[in-house]
Amino acid sequence: MGKKIGIEVSIAVSEAVRAADVDLIAAYPITPQTHIVEHLSELVADGKLDAEFVPVESEHSAMSLCIGSSAAGARTYTATSSQGLALMHEIVWIAPALRMPIVMTLVNRSMSGPISIWNDHSDVMSERDCCWIQTFAENGQEAFDLTLHAFKVAEHPDVLLPVMVNLDGFTLSHVIEPIELMTQAEAGKYLKPYEPTMRLDTKQPVTMGGVGIPAVYTEAKKQYETAITASKKVILDAWKEFGEVYGRKYKPIETYKTKGAEIVLMTMGSISETAMTAIDLMRDKGISVGLMRFRLWRPFPLQEFRRAVKNISVLAVVDRAISYGSQGGPVFMEVRSALYDQEVRPQVFGFVAGLGGRDVTVDMFEDIVSKASKYAEKGKGPVYEMIGVREK
Amino acid sequence: MAKKKVDAVLAWRDLELGMAITDPGSSAQLKTGDWRSQHPVVDHEKCIKCGLCWIYCPDMAYSPGKEGYYDWNGDYCKGCGICASECPKGVITMVMEEE
Repeated sequence: MGKKIGIEVSIAVSEAVRAADVDLIAAYPITPQTHIVEHLSELVADGKLDAEFVPVESEHSAMSLCIGSSAAGARTYTATSSQGLALMHEIVWIAPALRMPIVMTLVNRSMSGPISIWNDHSDVMSERDCCWIQTFAENGQEAFDLTLHAFKVAEHPDVLLPVMVNLDGFTLSHVIEPIELMTQAEAGKYLKPYEPTMRLDTKQPVTMGGVGIPAVYTEAKKQYETAITASKKVILDAWKEFGEVYGRKYKPIETYKTKGAEIVLMTMGSISETAMTAIDLMRDKGISVGLMRFRLWRPFPLQEFRRAVKNISVLAVVDRAISYGSQGGPVFMEVRSALYDQEVRPQVFGFVAGLGGRDVTVDMFEDIVSKASKYAEKGKGPVYEMIGVREK
Repeated sequence: MAKKKVDAVLAWRDLELGMAITDPGSSAQLKTGDWRSQHPVVDHEKCIKCGLCWIYCPDMAYSPGKEGYYDWNGDYCKGCGICASECPKGVITMVMEEE
C-alpha cells in the first residue's frame, strides 16, 4: 500500500470489490454496464477472486439474485447505470425492505429519452426514496474508498441496509487516475467478514418477503425509516475508522474556501473538481466564492448541512437532474427545505446544469456565481434556472 | 425479541428485521374475513355432502364438520361466492352481511 498507480476508475472500483473479498457478483453485461463488472468477471474467471460471478438475464434479475445471495449470508455486489437501474427499480425497493446489505456501484448516467448513455444524476434521483444509503464520489480514489466503506456500513448490525456508491459516468468511470489500491489483507484491517444477523438457514427457518397488509405496512416503513436515519452514526464512525487505518479522512459534507465566502456553490460528484478550479480563478479576480458538496446524500446529513451553512449568505445549488414540473432540481429543493425553519438562513438559488453529458465548465460556474450574485442583490431570482440552454 | 402472540399485527418495534416471519403458521393468526360483504348459507336438508365447496374454496375457509357436512369459517371466508357457484345441487345461498 502507499503506491499510486494510473488506473481506469471503473477497474479500480472492481479492485475495491476484490479487496472486499465479495462472495457473489450479479450483473447484466450490456450497455449501460461499465468495465467494473467486466473486470470482475475476468478476476473471477482467472481465479484471482474466489466468488460466484452470475451473468443474469436482466438488471431486474441482477438485483433479485443479489437479494437471494445476501439472504443466504453472502457478501454481495452489483453495478449498474441509468436504464439498467430503471429496469432494476422494482427490486431496488425490496432490498432495503428485506434489510439486505448489498453494495451497488451506480455509475451515474442520464435517463433516456432522448436516448442517452452520458452522464448526469437523473438515474439516482429517480431512486432517492427507496431507502438505500447513497454516497457520491468526487474522484477515483474516493470511488475506491467509498466502496470499502459501503460494505462496512451496509453489513453493520445496526444498519443492514443496501448502499449505493455513486460515481459519474465517463468523467469518472472511464478516465485514468492515480489511485492507491489495496490487497484483501490490507482491506481486511478495516473490513471484517460479514456476520449476518438473520439468514436463510434450514436449521432455523424464516420467511422473508411476506405480505405487508395495511395493518402492518406502515409499521414496516417506520422500521426502515428509523434504520436509515440511525445509520448516519455508523456512516460517520466508519469514515472515522477509515481515516485512522488508511489516513484518508472523509466527511458527509466537504467544503472548499467557504470561510468568509460571499457566495457558496453547492455540488455533488465529479464536477466539484471543476468547481474548485473555477473558485480558484474567481478568487484570483477578487470574487469571494467557496464550494460545498454532499458526499452523503441518503440519509440526508441535516445537522451537518445546517452547521456548514451557518455563516453563509448566498448558496447556489447546481443540480445535475431535473424534476419536471416541480420547483427545481432535487438537491436544491431539499436544501431549501432543510433551511426553511432556520431563523438565519442563506438565500438559495437553484441551477440545473450538465444534463446528458453536457460538460459543466469553469465558465458555467462563473456564470452561475454571477447570476446568484445578481439575484442576491435584488433579493430574488427565478424559481430555478437551466444553465447553458441554447436559445438560438 | 419478545413477540406478542395475540395476532400477526405488531407494533413497529416488535417487527422482526425486514418484517421477517420467524414463527411458522403466522398467517393462521391473521383473521382476514372481516371485510366480507356476504356469507354463504348452506341448506343441510338438500346438501349431498360432496365436498365441492371445501375443494373449491380459494381461502380454505371450509373444513369437514359433523355428520359429513362442511362448515365455513367466518375468520377467513371473504364471501366470494365460489362455493355457491360450484355447488352441484345449488343449496348454497349468498346472504348479505348485516350492517
